Amino acid sequence: MKMTSTQHETQAATAATGEQFEPKIIAFCCNWCSYAGADLAGVSRLQMPTNFLVLRAMCSARVDPEHVLRAFSKGADGVMVLGCHPADCHYIGGNYRTRRRIALLKMLLEQYGLDPERLKLEWVSASEGVKFQNTVTDFVEMIREMGPNPLIEAEKQHKAERAKYGH
Amino acid sequence: MSNDMGAVMVVGGGISGVQTALDLAESGFKVYVVENKPSIGGVMSQLDKTFPTNDCSMCILSPKLVELARHPLIDLMTLSEVTEVSGEAPNFKVKVRHNPRYVDMDKCVGCGICADKCPVKVPNEYDEGLMERKAIYVPFAQAVPLKYTIDEARCLKLTKDRCGLCEKNCPAGAINYDDKPVEETVDVGAIILAPGFDAFDARLKREYGYGDYQNVLTSVEFERFLSATGPYGGHILRPSDQEAPKKVAFLQCVGSRDSNTNEYCSSVCCMYGIKQAIIAGEHTAGLEPSIFFMDIRAVGKEFEDYRARAENEYGIRMLRGTRVASIDEDPDTKNLYLRYAVDGEVFEEEFDMVILSVGLEPPKGANELSQVFNVDLNRFGFAGTDVYSPLSSSKPGVFVTGAFASPKDIPTSVAEASGAAAKAGAFIAEKRGAVEELDIEEIDVEGQEPRIGVFVCDCGINIRGTVDCPAVTDYSKNLSNVVHAEEMKYACSADAQQRIREVINDENLNRVVVASCTPRTHEALFQSTLKEAGLNPYLFEMANIRDQCSWIHQNEPERATKKSMDLVRMAVAKSRLLEPLTESKLPVTRSGVVIGGGISGMTAALDMAAQGFEVDLLEKTGELGGNAIKIFHEEDGRKVRDFANELVSRVSNTSNITVHLNTPVEDISGFVGNFKVKIRDEEIETGSIIVAVGAKEYVPKEYFYGDDKRVVTQLELENKMQQGPLDAKTIAMIQCVGSRNTEAPYCSRVCCSNAIKNAISIKKENPQAQVFVFHKDIRTYGFREDLYKEAGRLGVDFVRIPEDQPPELSKEGESLKMTARDTILGEDLVIRPDMVVLSTGIRPNEDNEELAKMLKVPLSKDKFFLEAHMKLRPVEFATNGVYLAGLAHWPKFVDESIAQASGAASRAITVISKPELKSEGIIAAVNEDLCDGCGICEPVCEYKAITITENPKNPEKKKAMVNEGLCKGCGGCVAACPSAAMEQRGFKNEQIIAAIDAALEESE
Repeated sequence: MKMTSTQHETQAATAATGEQFEPKIIAFCCNWCSYAGADLAGVSRLQMPTNFLVLRAMCSARVDPEHVLRAFSKGADGVMVLGCHPADCHYIGGNYRTRRRIALLKMLLEQYGLDPERLKLEWVSASEGVKFQNTVTDFVEMIREMGPNPLIEAEKQHKAERAKYGH
Repeated sequence: MSNDMGAVMVVGGGISGVQTALDLAESGFKVYVVENKPSIGGVMSQLDKTFPTNDCSMCILSPKLVELARHPLIDLMTLSEVTEVSGEAPNFKVKVRHNPRYVDMDKCVGCGICADKCPVKVPNEYDEGLMERKAIYVPFAQAVPLKYTIDEARCLKLTKDRCGLCEKNCPAGAINYDDKPVEETVDVGAIILAPGFDAFDARLKREYGYGDYQNVLTSVEFERFLSATGPYGGHILRPSDQEAPKKVAFLQCVGSRDSNTNEYCSSVCCMYGIKQAIIAGEHTAGLEPSIFFMDIRAVGKEFEDYRARAENEYGIRMLRGTRVASIDEDPDTKNLYLRYAVDGEVFEEEFDMVILSVGLEPPKGANELSQVFNVDLNRFGFAGTDVYSPLSSSKPGVFVTGAFASPKDIPTSVAEASGAAAKAGAFIAEKRGAVEELDIEEIDVEGQEPRIGVFVCDCGINIRGTVDCPAVTDYSKNLSNVVHAEEMKYACSADAQQRIREVINDENLNRVVVASCTPRTHEALFQSTLKEAGLNPYLFEMANIRDQCSWIHQNEPERATKKSMDLVRMAVAKSRLLEPLTESKLPVTRSGVVIGGGISGMTAALDMAAQGFEVDLLEKTGELGGNAIKIFHEEDGRKVRDFANELVSRVSNTSNITVHLNTPVEDISGFVGNFKVKIRDEEIETGSIIVAVGAKEYVPKEYFYGDDKRVVTQLELENKMQQGPLDAKTIAMIQCVGSRNTEAPYCSRVCCSNAIKNAISIKKENPQAQVFVFHKDIRTYGFREDLYKEAGRLGVDFVRIPEDQPPELSKEGESLKMTARDTILGEDLVIRPDMVVLSTGIRPNEDNEELAKMLKVPLSKDKFFLEAHMKLRPVEFATNGVYLAGLAHWPKFVDESIAQASGAASRAITVISKPELKSEGIIAAVNEDLCDGCGICEPVCEYKAITITENPKNPEKKKAMVNEGLCKGCGGCVAACPSAAMEQRGFKNEQIIAAIDAALEESE
């Protein structure tokens, strides 16, 4: 069906290295563009890693900073917010608000000791199945290289220490 | 629905046909949409982006296609054609032939296994033959309906009785090689023809080598190159060597403005050429686009800005007044040599790629349409219409819309499509109906512990081929609150719906989760199943384990299975917290208010009145007629002012129109269905408002206007010519006075044609008179190109002047002296005119701002009213219930104003034809205990649905209030609220967080 389709090779890599870190990623997709783009990737049978779970929102502007922080605090290694391209928003200007909120939220993440790169905002239209595939694939790879969510690691250590000293 | 409901037939399923059908259905009429292709969407579905906003075409189109296919009052007939029409309006009998699809639409789930197995490859029409499809196919991935079709000319089984693989492999048993054409006859009250257009066949311009030279493409093909779903995934590559081109030439007017092919102007090519050049440059770094053109006809809203940006920001090279004579190909490099002349000098230049901006022609089959429907075509083969009735064919009750009547852009087509719906509706207004509501009592689930049923779909082998569906089903059974889980072969099939209903009743389910495909296409189906079983449709959640799991992880069955479990767990977690939602009903005042009594306002009022609604027409001056009453020239053999006067008397004689003269609007409150318009001594209650306040002629400050009687405007010239022969031998017309300058950068659209019309009259009356027209571009788009040609034949002198160098007028003693730079001759031209005629532009009314504030609607930066969406919502505002027509929107001709006014009337009728409006279920709601009335949410809302009011519980505090009639349910305000007082029903914070937590829970 498609002339261009890339096959990812994570399985081969896993086999070679044995224990490979598998990031957990939450992807918020707006209903009208990015969720449709993700569906198109499926209809076009574009292959990509399994490490992400999509949450549908009517508009990317519905994504509350609280949702992103919640995902990180519950162990997400990366969060993506995908919306309509600028000027394409189904709700006129929601994505402009998303853009501002995500910029602020990135600053906040830094203060929590999280690399702001772990949060990604991208525009994916309903006809950009390939862009959805590439965005997901690249993000998964990037997070894989960055390693696990340090908040969770720190918490684990903290728990281990508390256990050690018998608290 | 009842059998005596009024019905309309719409022929053609492009954007025009889709819009007209949706308007009619929303106004309570039955619609038959007849499309000869396997799916709807037309040419717009092939486009990558649309000018001047560069919107993604598919993103804005596909929701409309889905809405049409789902509408209970619309009967979509694909692969169908009309063979015979008898009777007269409103009693037409139309015979429709349904051609065989060879696939049972009820059984096909669009899985695509058939196409996978099919051995026959065929060039894909959707991609202009640049990619391949199979002999069993859907035209494109987002096709509506998403049902496969067998190409009977190419299928091995149908042509040679071999193969049969699709039948063997179809898990749904949908293939039927014995399918036959079926005829049916339907009764309709009116007919709307929207067959669109066909692109000019570029092979006919032999000198450009299209078809022989690999790197010469048409603009339609290039649109597919630009598209992410096109042959190179959105990369611009040369077909000859798949290298990125550097120099790309766009040739305008291929098959337009050309005596050898089509003499008319195709109206849209300038803008799409610029768009393609801009987008190509964005796709490929270092690309150097050049556009070869005669005049750039950037006449629409924001078009002139777009052109200026193309030149100044994107650095696109514009070769004005330059037509390429011929193209030669270097047989080795496949590079192309273009020969062209500038100022008499001949150049030859090498390019890597050439795009031919092909013109628009009448649709193939226009002659047959004309015979079957008994409608006249004009001399170019398009539908014959009149300036004063632009939507009517020659046959009463048969209307036309879109490019079938003349080449036109998408917003004009959409406005006309709505307009045609208003016209057709008038024939059957007394037979208005409504979608019959299911009368099933809803089960009260309040306070009940969640009892969740999970249905896991195999989708044949689409899901089960990768995902271990039995394992996912077993996993679901162990999730808390899940009382029932089962696997289904096709969850969307009719028997599966029956089964879901049974389980809901047997197991007393109060939540349902279906793990299958995408909610975008299937949520509504399952929701109606819930409704039929007595459950509130919002107690439903979907897990997308096909499109977003099995299909994208085909090589990783184990992980895909685990991910499917994750997705089901998330859906179950959210579903536990779902609440029943009700679409609240709002009463509607079933009447309209039209502001402005010019041609647009009167037309809109008449169209609403014709469907039986009361209309109040408010005019701030002492008479109806607006600008048109001042226009003396003729259009289609009749003076514009005569037509305006006829409208005035028709309005006065229409009993359900109340005219209020000398009546400015003082205040407007309320919302869709329930506006209150305050005028002098009363308050009018109305369901909808149409803004048709017009615009005014620019009063020149330049060229001694007002000081010297020899300097007049075009309108004044027309008045003078009414009074007798002109006393002038040399007449200089200056275009763009008060347009396309720093003060008003936009093009006023009508001045070129009006000036030329007057120039022709002068020459006809006195062939000895010398008439000069000083212009930057001549913008006689569409069939108005005829005027330009006629003026040329009559000897009118057209002098092209530079963009930034208007002619200079001085006085030498008593005589006038004009100096202008002639860019074609490259020298200054000096004349001594007896008369100077200024082609003055159109300016927005100064009080637009005041009215905009009352209506809470925006103005564009040029201070015209700004519609909700420049492409697909051209006659409505983002604020529901308020519509727009005529010069208040943008400069335009009489016929365009009329069509747009009918369009605004139609949109208004979709509101006031309903006894009550239903709000959306998924809307914002305020928790009054938490709201502090801080007001942060108020400006966030794009639809002005939020107001800050006094808190009734605590008069010292304020609170936010959501107007359910205006809220569109985006949830933007919810994320903005700092005190968690705002919630989005169906997407509440706790529901989303439950899904997030479930997603990150470690699954076993």
